[in-house]
Amino acid sequence: MSTFHTEEMTLNMGPQHPSTHGVLRFVVRADGEVMREAVPDVGYLHRSIEKIAEKVGYHGFMPYTDRVDYICAMFTNQGWGMACERLAGIEVPRRGEYCRVIAAEFNRIASHLLSVGTMGMDIGAMTPFTHALREREMINDLIEELCGARLTFNYMRIGGVAWDLPPGWREKALAYLDHFDPILDEYNSLISYNKIYIERLANVGVITPEEAIGYNLVGPNLRGSGIKWDIRKDIPYSVYPEFEFDVPVGKGEWGALGDSMDRYMVRIREMKESARILRQALTQIPPGPVLAKVPRNFKPPAGECQVRVESGRGDMGWYVVSDGTGYPWRVHVRTGSFAAMGIIQKLSKGLMIADLVTVIASLDVVAPEIDR
Amino acid sequence: MEPLAIYQRLKERFADRVVEISESKPDPFCVVDPAAIVEVARFMRDDPELAMDCLSNESGVDYKDRIEVVYHLFSYRLRHGAVLKVRLARDNPRVHTLEELWKSANWMEREIFDLLGVTFEGHSDLRRILMPEDWPGFPLRKDFVEPLEYHGISTVRESPIIRLDTKKK
Repeated sequence: MSTFHTEEMTLNMGPQHPSTHGVLRFVVRADGEVMREAVPDVGYLHRSIEKIAEKVGYHGFMPYTDRVDYICAMFTNQGWGMACERLAGIEVPRRGEYCRVIAAEFNRIASHLLSVGTMGMDIGAMTPFTHALREREMINDLIEELCGARLTFNYMRIGGVAWDLPPGWREKALAYLDHFDPILDEYNSLISYNKIYIERLANVGVITPEEAIGYNLVGPNLRGSGIKWDIRKDIPYSVYPEFEFDVPVGKGEWGALGDSMDRYMVRIREMKESARILRQALTQIPPGPVLAKVPRNFKPPAGECQVRVESGRGDMGWYVVSDGTGYPWRVHVRTGSFAAMGIIQKLSKGLMIADLVTVIASLDVVAPEIDR
Repeated sequence: MEPLAIYQRLKERFADRVVEISESKPDPFCVVDPAAIVEVARFMRDDPELAMDCLSNESGVDYKDRIEVVYHLFSYRLRHGAVLKVRLARDNPRVHTLEELWKSANWMEREIFDLLGVTFEGHSDLRRILMPEDWPGFPLRKDFVEPLEYHGISTVRESPIIRLDTKKK
């Protein structure tokens, strides 16, 4: 009997592939269904945002930050605002900080809903996606009422936020939270505890805690590997120390610690915590101004700083160098997706091709955030 | 440990290979000799009192007379961070890679190579990452002039809006 003959083939996946969450390309070397290696090829969405920053000035750059990560635009706004405030030593009014936290946490829920929804869709479960998007649309409506935009918000300013909460908005937001809490349980019973779903996610794309730190994974991807680390808790910023919330971590409940299921469940549980923060923020919000007095011709003193915010995709680092003029000398954004893409080549070895899709979705990679 | 205490510890250990300790606000930093960066970084990672287990950010800055590579190190265990810099000659910036110490350096160094033209010696896969393979020049350098077209595709829009880079600062 002759031995079974196999041959290595090179496959191209993307850049316009429905499951790659934007414009990503992989060059896959596979033997049948098993991958030898998947080499990511990024850059299709490079818009030179860091170069633009050097040319438009501090205030003018705020709308561009939305485009760094349009799923989580509140956090990119906040990161840029915080970096400028730190350079110039500006104090944000307390109500402004509360508005930021409220907008950002709603954005986090929206971002995680999209992430867990597309996770199901990538694996082949279409219905959960529509459920998640239904909830996300309601958040979009709320945020639209707040700042006039549904995706690229441009809500924050250096020194605070652009607009106060509109009249009656607080009640609407609280009513939404009442509606949202049972929805999560419904969502969980719809998909999270489905046996087929767990089989597809558990033990796939396992990242050990050491690897997660070595590759600089951040946010839910880091916490999925069991590391209890959240910038909101551990390097507190804004008014987060005033709220009570937990940091969910992966425990390897369904398979190995740090598998795709762990990362997925961290996101589900984080939505609950975000809702908790929102309830506290909406009831505790103090009166007062929302925007500090910042000169229109904003010129922070020469110096450099790095600020870190906990975005939906984790610790987002803004490194800003000022030379004392009205234009930043250098801006660099270190994003969670960039780091997450770096580990895919290593994770892909020995995986099935179908599991590559699972891994990308479980790392919650957003293409514009990689390329900037 | 506070950043300045960390830099002081480096100064004691490495003497004149630590070129400068700047107390600039808001973030102080420490400049080291490019030839010693691997040694310093390895010390910072392995020393139990520093234990920098994560290279949180690596970026490059063009200062017109030199190029600086900036390393933001962070310790999850001890919850402190530090900023290291190396200053490189602008005409042929070269520094050894930190890939063997922290895996995350691989992609971040590719990005610096791509956008600022810094060569990382010993890097396993030094290719362009964001720009096309055949793109001329390094876009984040201050003297970079955008080509008017790329493979017959115009980079200039027919628009009354003044191009941003021709506007006077």
